[in-house]
Amino acid sequence: MLTPSLAQRDPAAFPRLLTLVLALALLWPGLSLSELDLSVLFDGSNAGTMAVFLSSFWPPEHSGEFLALLLQATLETLAIATAGMALALAVALPCALMATRALSISALTRGGRPAWWSWALRWPVRGLLIVLRSVPEIVWALLFVRAVGLGPTAGVLAIAITYAGMLGKVYAEIFESVDPLPARALLSAGASRLQAFFYGVLPQATSEMLSYSVYRWECAIRASVVMGFVGAGGLGQQMDLSMRMFAGGEVASMLLTFLLLVLLADLLSRLLRWRFA
Amino acid sequence: MKMLSRLLAPIALIAAVIASFAFLQLEASALFSQQGLGQMADYAAGFMTPDLSTAHLRAIGYGALETLAMSAIGTLLAALLGLLLALPAANRFGAVAQAVSRLLLNALRAIPELVWAALMVLAAGLGPNAGTLALALHTAGVLGRLFAEALENAPAAPTEALRLAGSGRITAFFYGTLPAIWPQLVAYILYRWENNIRMASVLGFVGAGGLGQMLYMSLSLFQEAQASTVILAMLLMVLAVDMLSSWARQRWVRA
Repeated sequence: MLTPSLAQRDPAAFPRLLTLVLALALLWPGLSLSELDLSVLFDGSNAGTMAVFLSSFWPPEHSGEFLALLLQATLETLAIATAGMALALAVALPCALMATRALSISALTRGGRPAWWSWALRWPVRGLLIVLRSVPEIVWALLFVRAVGLGPTAGVLAIAITYAGMLGKVYAEIFESVDPLPARALLSAGASRLQAFFYGVLPQATSEMLSYSVYRWECAIRASVVMGFVGAGGLGQQMDLSMRMFAGGEVASMLLTFLLLVLLADLLSRLLRWRFA
Repeated sequence: MKMLSRLLAPIALIAAVIASFAFLQLEASALFSQQGLGQMADYAAGFMTPDLSTAHLRAIGYGALETLAMSAIGTLLAALLGLLLALPAANRFGAVAQAVSRLLLNALRAIPELVWAALMVLAAGLGPNAGTLALALHTAGVLGRLFAEALENAPAAPTEALRLAGSGRITAFFYGTLPAIWPQLVAYILYRWENNIRMASVLGFVGAGGLGQMLYMSLSLFQEAQASTVILAMLLMVLAVDMLSSWARQRWVRA
């Protein structure tokens, strides 16, 4: 039995307090670095402007002229995502073929482990893919906006580059994760690498590749909206403009359109995956 | 007939791709012409010589710290707000509160960080404060939903035992429910923090502080050398976070 005086106290209180104090001490400089100041939001003039802006969200703008513009921007967003994915696929597939270990001929006689020189050939491709996908897509978009000008071209190129990096890596991993025996049998029977890929690896990998690509397409739609904020076309660019003009109704209808678009893309991608996977 | 239905989807996909290129009127010929490529090469050449002067590196270090601080404080705020919203969303205060809090969580989560950042820059002015708030709002939606699920799946027996033994609601929550789901909550928070570090470095594009703002400034001033260093710093940060998190996962999370 616990004595009443002992049961009143939390036995773990001291270590918990210590962890809390330690965490606070670590986060304290962060608080000043991030200049966190919630009171700005409720500050007189600021709050007034914001209240006017927010109250203009209802009703969402729905004049015919604006809706035509909205439709144009939405189609542009969809087109950016689709065209970007198509270009990304065109880059990713050859890169994945070069980066994967599944088609290594030197690995056949070495128990699945490629020779050092074949590593030396694969690593540059892998490194390229890492760099392509590690720089965030919106940074690529910003760079391309400066290089090719405002508009959807920058968005397409940014998606193509980032997603080529992601798809290339994931495809290479999918090729390595399927049953290697068919490809090895083909290779050791004298098939070329491409033949071994098409008849030994691809049939097993198709459904997984399709499902990942469709998922990425869905991500590309979201990304292309966001990239518009740096001037890469589509819905985001219009949203940025409307925000700068404090046109609340327009921002509201664009946010609603965005939500609808994401929802539809989610549905479509689920449908496609269910149909093919 | 079967052949047709098998071919339908690929044909539709190809048609969609062609329609996209046609709609955007991408001028590939202009882009990949001698002149276009030359311009691109000139532009890219500016990035080949990153500015590694001490003053600039110090500024980048400060920017990186600011980015880290934004992500950490933003995630912490989000965890607090998320937990506050997760309690009603896990049906602790009746059906009406549940519906309202779920709607709120969905709305917070559905709007991307960058859009929140653009809104917060309007509301709270330029600088890291806006970025922190934007991260906090979006992440609160994500964490709130995850927390609510964790709360719903938490075993009810310890809490009931405490309640039957005469403890208050709040004490029962802190000593009965929270310990059971705490490791899960911490895992979610750390996972989102990792995401937010990446996100915080680009929020600056709309004026919300951190490394992104430096990059945006130097690109606007056509200082390619300085911009190139900032991009390198971002790359390093992303790679470091990736490596650290995969190491931590292997070390502490048993599959």
